[in-house]
Amino acid sequence: MKKSNVVAKKALEDLGKELAKEALAGKQPVLNVPVRALSNIHFNAEKKALEIGGKIASRNFFNIAHAKKFLQTVEVAAISKSLVDAGKHTSLRDVFYMAKRTIPNTKVNIVDDQNESDNAIEDLEVITGLAREELHINANKNGSVAGHVVIEDKGDEIDWAKMGSGGWSIPSNVENVKFKKVKAEYVVYMEKAAVWERLHEDKFWDKNNCIIMSSQGQTTRGIRRLLRRLSTEHKLPVYILTDFDPWGFYIYSVLKFGSINLAHMSNKMTLPDAKFLGVTADDIVNYGLKKYFIKFKDIDFTRLKQIANYEWFKKNKLWQRQFKMMKDFGAKVEINAFSAKNISFISEKYLPEKIRNKDFID
Amino acid sequence: MAKKRSAEELAKGQKDISVAEFFERNRHLLGFDNKRKALLTVVKEAVDNSLDACEEGGILPDINVEIIDMGNDRFRVVVEDNGPGIVKAQIPNIFARLLYGSKFHRLKQARGQQGIGISASVLYAQLTTGRAAKITSKTSKSKEAHYFELGINTKTNKPEILKEEKIDWHKEHGTKIQVDIEASYARGDQSVDSYLKQTAIANPHANIAYTNPKAEQFIFSRVVDVLPKEPKEVKPHPYGVEIGVLVKMLRNTECRSLQSFLMNEFSRVGSNTAHEICDNAGLFTNMKPHELQLPHIEKLMEGIKKTKIIAPTTDCISPIGADLLEAGLRKEVAAEFYAAVSRSPQVYRGIPFVVECAIAFGGDQPKDQGARLLRFANRVPLLYQQGSGACFKSVVKTNWRSYGLHQSQNSLPQGPLTIIVSLASVWPPFTSEAKEAIAHYPEIIKEMRLALQDVGRKLGSYVKKKRKVSEQQERINTFEGFIPEVADALFRLSGVSKVKLVDSLKKMLSKSREFVAEHKEKHKVESLVKKDKESKIELRSFEDEEV
Repeated sequence: MKKSNVVAKKALEDLGKELAKEALAGKQPVLNVPVRALSNIHFNAEKKALEIGGKIASRNFFNIAHAKKFLQTVEVAAISKSLVDAGKHTSLRDVFYMAKRTIPNTKVNIVDDQNESDNAIEDLEVITGLAREELHINANKNGSVAGHVVIEDKGDEIDWAKMGSGGWSIPSNVENVKFKKVKAEYVVYMEKAAVWERLHEDKFWDKNNCIIMSSQGQTTRGIRRLLRRLSTEHKLPVYILTDFDPWGFYIYSVLKFGSINLAHMSNKMTLPDAKFLGVTADDIVNYGLKKYFIKFKDIDFTRLKQIANYEWFKKNKLWQRQFKMMKDFGAKVEINAFSAKNISFISEKYLPEKIRNKDFID
Repeated sequence: MAKKRSAEELAKGQKDISVAEFFERNRHLLGFDNKRKALLTVVKEAVDNSLDACEEGGILPDINVEIIDMGNDRFRVVVEDNGPGIVKAQIPNIFARLLYGSKFHRLKQARGQQGIGISASVLYAQLTTGRAAKITSKTSKSKEAHYFELGINTKTNKPEILKEEKIDWHKEHGTKIQVDIEASYARGDQSVDSYLKQTAIANPHANIAYTNPKAEQFIFSRVVDVLPKEPKEVKPHPYGVEIGVLVKMLRNTECRSLQSFLMNEFSRVGSNTAHEICDNAGLFTNMKPHELQLPHIEKLMEGIKKTKIIAPTTDCISPIGADLLEAGLRKEVAAEFYAAVSRSPQVYRGIPFVVECAIAFGGDQPKDQGARLLRFANRVPLLYQQGSGACFKSVVKTNWRSYGLHQSQNSLPQGPLTIIVSLASVWPPFTSEAKEAIAHYPEIIKEMRLALQDVGRKLGSYVKKKRKVSEQQERINTFEGFIPEVADALFRLSGVSKVKLVDSLKKMLSKSREFVAEHKEKHKVESLVKKDKESKIELRSFEDEEV
């Protein structure tokens, strides 16, 4: 058994033994869960990362308000232990199905939707101090990468430059990936798979000597870990490319500083040196994208206001300027708008110019 | 300019008003405003009289009410009791002469007061169907029953005896009246049904059998074999007397001095008090009552007001009693919680009264409607004009929210609740002659609110306890389900025996179990055994119809 497995097995067993000991001694069993909420999150300006504080919530099984969450957490722990014991990995969705059943003689399900099991897994992470992947639970794989990089994964040698039109598909757990050769000057991470496909078809990574990476939708932990490893182990700068809207800014914020939900894993996830490449308010002006404005709805204004108030943006004049311009526009622009000029405008003109001029926001 | 007329000419226009005319003009005051209400009024007057007669005779009432639909809006009403019966000579006057009765001239708690009710029913029958009232009465086993067919001479207000004979009657004693009247009993009309059911609640010592026009029979059975305490007849208290009454009393008295008049004709007046009243009025104690003039009488009224006189005796009132009121409610309204209170006697305007309240909560009563309010005065249900009476006012002014019920401002509380507010008094202050609502005397409303708060508090603590019991039960059920699951997960994590874990965790529920075991019995919903046809009669009050 691998060393990491031994650690996980022991942590889970200890958790069970402690609770069983309390129960047999006639004490009400209590789970101590570090609080994963805004009230217990603070921004470490030095490390440029969100960190979890010392607040701990006692989750007493016999408190009717906590009972179900208590049950969900120990159930997920037991599932995780069976996975570690068997040396198998499974997905969040599978764990949901393994936990989902109706408690006999009641109408209560242990979990009603995947949110609940996902939350229980995150609680288990903060209780044991182990990452989900170490508990043998993976997210769905999601995302593509291409560049002059050779890696080894489960004994297979993989060249990211020779993966055809789809690129290498990033697994949910990249801890065991070994970098054999890394020949790149920087990494561009983009929110949209369609943009990644454009850049890949145009061999942008080859022409500009870089790595291009994207996900479809949310940035998964596998992608964040891969970016983090390239950034720390190979000192590659990471540039982030999103739509011009509050959600795009938020993606940047999470990648760089971390999120409330995963604040307990900040030291493994954040990218303190990542830069925002675009699309910026100035790009809208400089590249004449105003005609592609999509008008803000109320919710967009609300979200923008929230983000502008984040502690790590509050004193940043460059960012406050962006927020103000966005608010004044009262509109957003999708990155796809560049295609209206010329299908390869983004890979042949926009990105090379931006990178050459070091036109970033930090 | 109008033509001048001589006194002689005017005198031609002045003549006796016949009782028929009087009745026609005042039918709304007497409860005969419309056909539907007329049916109820006839039944009500007859039943009230029967109950009064039985109680005065010291007999547990057995009353049989029958209404027969004869078609064309004609109904035959037959009410029969087992009371002491009526002596032959009195029968025509009691049933066929308006304003004849024993109850008006005395101060004693009774259902009837003015002596109008039953004779008005006989007159109504005569005017609407032309049929005579048929009366049978028997005073003892050894005597024969008298049978009368009676009408009223509408010019002279004297009885007309159409037929009179002695007959055999199976009863030992009692009275039976049969009248044919124009009336209506609409489908779903529950006025008579509901009236009798409410009567049964306030008179748990009575047996009432009732056959409605659809030939359905209902039995409201007796739950207590003791008659209510016989109320004593009292003399008026000086504080309660009005000047008109005082004038009449002075004229009719046999006393020869003002002092002896005050001492003999009033309660709570001794020689000292009589002296004090005379002093305060500036009158001599030896003045002759017959010789007092109006200015003297006005002074006498002031003298009474200035004098401190002890409150009237209260043994002239016979309240239902908290236990019996609750028993009456219990037998007619299936619920899960009952409470009743009987306040101690109080006085308004020198007249003693007692307020009693009861509630029935839960069971099959509708949850999302306003509570049902049942009002009684001297054990008689008040059906009309709910909104204008003191009972309604005191209920809506009580804060039921603090007892765990919903309530909007100036309305009845919401919930599965029946509220009884009952007043017993030698002279209940009605707002009108139809005796439909109790007047707003502050003393009476205050007593009603105190009584309602008393039962309300009991309800509040019940509701709270009940909620707690169900919470604890819910808790036990939840953990009974969760414990094996948690034990199983802990077993899979630690290898500790699942059976031991389940045992140990289940022991931690013992407090909840003890609480539920201790309180469950008292707070369970009574199984509604009484699911008979009587329980289908809706209890409600009635809004006056447009005629």
